[in-house]
Formats: sequence, structure tokens, C-alpha cells
Amino acid sequence: MNAFRNNALKQLEDESIAIFREVAAEARNPVMLYSIGKDSSVLLHLARKAFYPAPLPFPLLHIDTKWKFREMIAFRDRLPERYGVRVIVYTNEEGLRQGITPFTHDPTTYTHIMKTEALKQALDRYKFDFAFGGARRDEEASRAKERIISVRNSNHAWDPRRQRPELWNLYNTRLGPGETARVFPLSNWTELDIWRYIAQENIEVVPLYFASERPVVERDGTLIMVDDDRFPLAPGEEVKLQRVRFRTLGCYPLTGAVLSDATSLADIIRETEESRFSERSGRVIDHDQPASMERKKREGYF
Amino acid sequence: MADVSLPLIDPAGSSTTVPGDLLRLITCGSVDDGKSTLIGRLLFDTDSLTEDQRQRLARDSARLGAPEGELDYSLLLDGLEAEREQRITIDVAYRFLTTPRRKFIIADCPGHEQYTRNMVTGASMANAAVVLCDARYGVLTQTRRHAFIAALMGIRHVVLAVNKMDLVDFDADCFHAIASEFRSHAEQIELPHVTAIPLSARFGDNVFHRSARTPFYTGPTLLECLESVPSAPASVSSPFRLPVQWVARVGGNFRGYAGTIASGAVRPGMKVVNVHSGAVSEVRRLVEMDREREEAVAGEAVMIELSSEIDVARGDVLADAEAPPELADQFSAHVVWLHEQPMYAGRAYLFKFGAATVPGTITEIRYQIDVNTLAHVATRALHQNEVAQVHIALSRRIPFEPYAVNRFLGSCIIIDRLTNATVGAGMIEFALRRSANLHWQNLIVDKTARSALKGQRPAVIWFTGLSGSGKSTIANLVEQKLHAEGRHTYTLDGDNIRHGLSRDLGFTEADRVENIRRVAEAAKLFVDAGLIVLVSFISPYRADRDAARALVGADEFIEVFVDTPPEECERRDPKGLYRKARAGLLKNFTGVDAPYEPPEAPELTLQTLRTPAEELAEQVVSFLRSRGYLG
Repeated sequence: MNAFRNNALKQLEDESIAIFREVAAEARNPVMLYSIGKDSSVLLHLARKAFYPAPLPFPLLHIDTKWKFREMIAFRDRLPERYGVRVIVYTNEEGLRQGITPFTHDPTTYTHIMKTEALKQALDRYKFDFAFGGARRDEEASRAKERIISVRNSNHAWDPRRQRPELWNLYNTRLGPGETARVFPLSNWTELDIWRYIAQENIEVVPLYFASERPVVERDGTLIMVDDDRFPLAPGEEVKLQRVRFRTLGCYPLTGAVLSDATSLADIIRETEESRFSERSGRVIDHDQPASMERKKREGYF
Repeated sequence: MADVSLPLIDPAGSSTTVPGDLLRLITCGSVDDGKSTLIGRLLFDTDSLTEDQRQRLARDSARLGAPEGELDYSLLLDGLEAEREQRITIDVAYRFLTTPRRKFIIADCPGHEQYTRNMVTGASMANAAVVLCDARYGVLTQTRRHAFIAALMGIRHVVLAVNKMDLVDFDADCFHAIASEFRSHAEQIELPHVTAIPLSARFGDNVFHRSARTPFYTGPTLLECLESVPSAPASVSSPFRLPVQWVARVGGNFRGYAGTIASGAVRPGMKVVNVHSGAVSEVRRLVEMDREREEAVAGEAVMIELSSEIDVARGDVLADAEAPPELADQFSAHVVWLHEQPMYAGRAYLFKFGAATVPGTITEIRYQIDVNTLAHVATRALHQNEVAQVHIALSRRIPFEPYAVNRFLGSCIIIDRLTNATVGAGMIEFALRRSANLHWQNLIVDKTARSALKGQRPAVIWFTGLSGSGKSTIANLVEQKLHAEGRHTYTLDGDNIRHGLSRDLGFTEADRVENIRRVAEAAKLFVDAGLIVLVSFISPYRADRDAARALVGADEFIEVFVDTPPEECERRDPKGLYRKARAGLLKNFTGVDAPYEPPEAPELTLQTLRTPAEELAEQVVSFLRSRGYLG
């Protein structure tokens, strides 16, 4: 009992649960952003723990770009029945009509329109004031300075110089006219903490995280999985079956797989411990400009 | 799709062993002390960097002019573009380090004078502080300041990292002199545990690896020291306190009280009291999703079910019925001011203690503490980054404990009621008896103070338009709406004023000008009283309205043009005035035989032909809300 009580994962869990409760108590219309990835799985688990035996006092919101892996969508669609949660799915229909796809537009434009803009539209449409998200401070340098509660102006923009100081476990949740806030209960978790917690708590994740034979194409040094017949093969490219897994999940054309034999959580944890490449390096969007994540955040990217 | 089955975990596999406990620490010092380099070095030496981070470090080191073949570890920590260019750290950044012994959350705090607030923020949750100094310069003013803030914020373990020992040839006397000077300062500010370590962040001496160049030093390396600092204060043995964050209700019969235990332990069967009401009950269960718990202790997030129903709401504190905390509404406290806007005694703020947000006032600044010399200084205002001992008066009593006894029952954040900014941090020393605090000093009751108390920004909403355009109707609706949400308002209406204040005036142009001047002056006084003033006057001349605007602050005048076509006003003719004017019974009637000059740039134009008055009134209220007048 003592060992459990004092371990770092329990302390992280306690902190996250307290954040959920505090914001849910003070928000007018909160929502949890749900991206179907491992961090979202942990986030959902923590939220359920925070309010158990009561149901979640907020819905989940998934921004669907229509380019997610099929296994992700199937996983998402089972949530309401499995956990009794309400899932809102939102797509930027205007972007769809304009034919914005990861194959026809550069990652920055595509992400901006189908994710950032879509998110803003959804938050405005449903008038959500607080949105929980699964971002962690260890993911990227600019995230290390983000607060747990991050206030955005009426255009959803983030100003790194105008953040509120956060002291003790006291969160200032008061918002001005038009302001909204993003809340990051996993701020102090690392990738390894996430996997260890998933193992400890037996949390369900999308099977794409485990190694398996999958059809992939090597493009600019990144292994991209051919998840459906919308994948246009360039001359000379060929689809190969390789034993791969994903460290992070997003839109399939923008998410690189890694060669791996990790078929169990223990394997994944071992692999993560020994990993020589940080997690987001599998994401194409973070590399296209220097300090690109910070710029995206100022524009309202989650 | 096939069901997801979770692969089994090999219980013997070392990779699934959970890390030890968690230690929160802060690092303080300036860029010049090599703080970023030290943290970068810790990350590097403990193998906490990934290959791409290492590659970027090598690339950036070369690009930004590090000596040939050497890595500039400080580059690892630069998060934001601006500061990467300026090579300074401007905010608190959080870094993680995991060793086999424990996980560390490092709050990286900058050392510049103007950023004391960042250090206070980082220190509030920390159990240990690493204070850096440059071996060449020893204990500086800044070093003393960092140690003082650490002590103020309740940190008991401080590591003095005497850095850049390589630049003083690892001189033992130099190190011992610095260590002893710091120790005597620590004694003065009651910092109980100090460890001084001679090191070189740049070359790694005594950071992770024991240095062969400091034979005079036999103590722990920095990492060894941090791994052995106790992670939690001994609050588990204190009496049980649970600030209630959330009340869970399921169906008609389950009610659970959720929160994070501030001190002590709780078990089923324990008698607990709601400190506010004095109502006592017994703990029936500790509810958790996958299991029931037999015990929970300080720091844990719990949900408690009681045996009998007593009234408990968010913001209440459940406590050991045998040893409940005191209730009080007046305190002596330390306050660190975090905001650019200075604090004056007498202003109203919100004070957030645990889950309770309570209006209150800092009634008196007893003295400011010079963080460099520790001297007590008399002051009327507290500026950003300043620390003071103050008296706080809250609008109701709260359960509390002194900060030194319990960090979580003795701390508060101070919130500005209008901007919602977190403007200060407070730490309770002790409760004051009412009589001890009756006199309010330095009380400045001005417009800001009055409007802050009302939770609004004062303004004149000046409705102008033809007779019969609908000004008074809309203004009345606006006032009703504002009143309904608890705003403090006053309406100056043409007819009312003419019956009193302007009884001596007629309708000539000169009299009209004087009438508007009187109304504008009256509106100004009401704005000074902190009210939202609704003025409903034809006020046909642009110059007069501009004069009224000039009397109050730039953002305190909202001109609302009630735009109704003259024909429509005449058709409505609610008071029969148009008929009289047309019949020649009224002289100088605006729109008939006197001109109306419509506003050129009103803040709002309301078209009454198409939109009902109710909706137009709502437009005015949302305008006020969007511009922040309603707090």
C-alpha cells in the first residue's frame, strides 16, 4: 500500500484528478478534447476516476479531419457504449468542400484548416468555455512553459507573455468576455509515465500502438501507412508489408510509423526507455518550420 | 474490428517497475550563473535526452557560437522563440528528469529582479530549491533574495550550487568562504536544511559524476543530494483536512464529497465535521473506480461517502471531528504582489482559498519586506515583485491553518475582480481578532475602488435620437437587464431632469446647451461613484455630446444612436408633441423647427424600425459585456 501511495504515477494521477474536478466545478460549459491517442485514453480514464461513480459532467469532442486511421475511428465509435460518455464529432465541412487534404496541401495549411480552424469552429459553435486536452510539457520545448490552465482570447490565440501565474494547487478559472481556456491535466506526465500508467491501470489503447505487419510506403525517410485507397503512390514508390507500430497517432498520411517488434505494453515501455528519438519526431507537422509548434499555438492550435 | 485485448505484462520485467516518488524542485539563478547549463547538464548526464534532442543541441551549439566541439547545454532549455534570440529565460519552464530513485519536476525560474513572481510560482509547490551562484562572485544580493523567497514559500531544503569552480581553479578556500556566508544568511531567514556543493555545470564536476578536482569536498553530488531530499512535508501525521472541491450525486441516494486531502489521513468509521456548520458525520466509504480504499492520506485525491446526510458544499472543509481547524475572516498574512498594477490597501479583491473564492480586502499594509536586505519598509502601495506583511479582511469566515503548518489551508491567490488576473499570492500567518483590525490605514476610496467593489467598470451610456425614437424605452430595458444581473446603475432621463435639476431652463438653444451640460456633469459624478449611468436625452447638437464625452475617461462614454426615421417618430408621437409642434403650439421642437445632428461615430447604432426594443436592449448589454464593463 505504501509503495503504491508514494509512487510518482499515483502523485501524477492525484494532480490530474484534482484539475478535472476543479475545472468541472467552475466551468460553465466544459468539454474534453479527445484525439483517440494514448494520451486521450489516459485522459478519459483519469476523468472517469475523478467523478466516479457519477458520470462524466462533460462530453468528449473529436475533431475529425476524415484522414484518421480507420482503427482509430472504430475505437472512437465504441466509446459511448463502453463508457457511457457522449462523443461529439466535428469536421470543418468548409475545408472538406474546398478539397483540403494532406496530399494536396502542405502539412501546415492542412493542419491549420482541418484541425486548428475546425477546433475553433467547434468551440464557438457549442460555446464551450473550458476544453481539456492531453498535451504534455515534455512533448515539445514551447510546451514546457505553458500553464495547466491556458487562457485564450476571443480569437483563441495564446499569448506566452500574458499567462497567469499558477501557484500551489489553486487555479484561477475566471474568464473575461469572449475568453476561453485550455486545460492540460497531463502537463507533468512524460511519454514513459503515460505508458507505465496504461500498463498499471490496464487502459485500452488503439491497436496501432502495437507492432504488426502493416502496409507502408517510405517517403522522405518516413514510413507512412497506406490505410485506404486514397493514398496516391508517387512513381517508384511501392507498398511493403513491414513490422511497424506508431508512437503517436494523427492523420495517417502525416504520421510516421517506426519499425518495431513491440507487441506488448512491457515491450513498448522497454522500447520507450531506450528510445533514441523523441516522440513527436514521428509527426510531419512539427518540422516544417523552426519553432513551428509555438507559432501554431499562438494561432490557436491545441 | 477485433476487440482490443491488452497484452499481458511480464511481472518480472524490469521495464515495468514504476519509478520511485516524485520530487518538485526549483532552480534559481541567472543565466550568468549558468543555471540553464546546469539543468541541461543534468538532463544530458542522466541520459534524459533523446537522440534528436542531442543532435539539435550539437547543431545549435555550433550555430550559436559555442567553442569548437563543445556543447552549450543551456540551449536545451530555451523554449520560446523570442528568448532564444535574446538568450534569456523569461518565464517558469517545467522539466522532467527520471532516475531509478525518483521522478523530478524541475521548475526552472529566472533570476532577474523583475521576475520574482516566477520564482514564487515555481516555489509554491516545490520541496527543494537549488540556488546557484558563480564561484567568482560568491553570495550576491540575488542569491540572498532567492534564499529568502524559498524560505518564505515554505521550502525547507536548499542546495547552494557553487558553480563555475573551474574558473577559480577549484579553490577550496573560495568554496568554503561562500558556503559559510550563505549558511549564516540561511540561519537568519530560518532555512533549516542547507547543502553547499562545489561544481562546474559546463564540465560536469559534482553534478552527476563525482569530481576528482574537488578532493576537499566529501559531500554528495548534486543528483545524489536531490535523490535523498524528503519529498513530502510530514503532513500525514497532522489532523485530517479535506477541502471539498466537488459534490458528486448519483440518483437520489449517493452523495460523494471529492477533494484532495490537505493533511492527515482518513479511514472508514472516522468522525468528521463540516468546519463551517459544525455538523458531524462518519465516513462510510472511500470510493474509487476500481476498488474501495481502507485509508487515504495527505496529497491523495479522494471521494468520500458519509454515513449520515449533512450539508456539505464545494468550498467547505471536512476535518477530523476531534481536531478541526479554526474559522476566521481576518488574518495577518504575507503577500507577494505579482501584477503590474500595484496593490493599494482598501481595494476589493477575490481571495481563492482551496475551493472557496471569497471577496475581501487588504485593509492594511503593515510593512514591505526588502527581499535583498530583509529590512521592513513602510509603504502605501505594493508593486510587482514586492513582498509585504498585510492584514486581510474577508467577507466571510473560512477554515484555515497558518501557512507554516499547512501549505494548502494557509495559501491563497488574489484575483482582480475586473480583469480576472491573478495579481497576488497570500500566505496566512495567524488570525486577527476583529478588534485588532478595526482601523483601516492608507484607505484610498476612489473611482477604481468603488467600481471594483461593484465588480463593474463605470460608464455613461448616452442614448441620443429624436423625440419618440425609443430612447427611454430601450434605456429602461437595458437598466432592468443590468439590475437583474446585479449591476449598479442609474438613469438620467430628459423628463425627470427637466422637472428638477433643470426646472429653470426652457427650450432655446442656449438653454438646451446648459441643460446638456448639467446632465453631463451629473453623469460624471455618478461615474465617479462607480455606476453605469444611462442618459436618455434628445441631445440634438453634436458639440454638446462631444463636450459630455470629454468630461469622462476615453473608455467611459458610450454613445448610442437610436436611429428612427423622423416620419416614424412623428407617426408614433407617444406624447403628442409632434402634433403640438405642427400646430405651432411648441417652438424649437427638434425635427420640426429645430435641427438634429446625428452622431458621426457612435459606439452603437440601434435601428428601431426592424428590431424590437427588447433585442436592441440586449445588443447594448452584450456590447457592455464584450468590452469588459460588466467584470
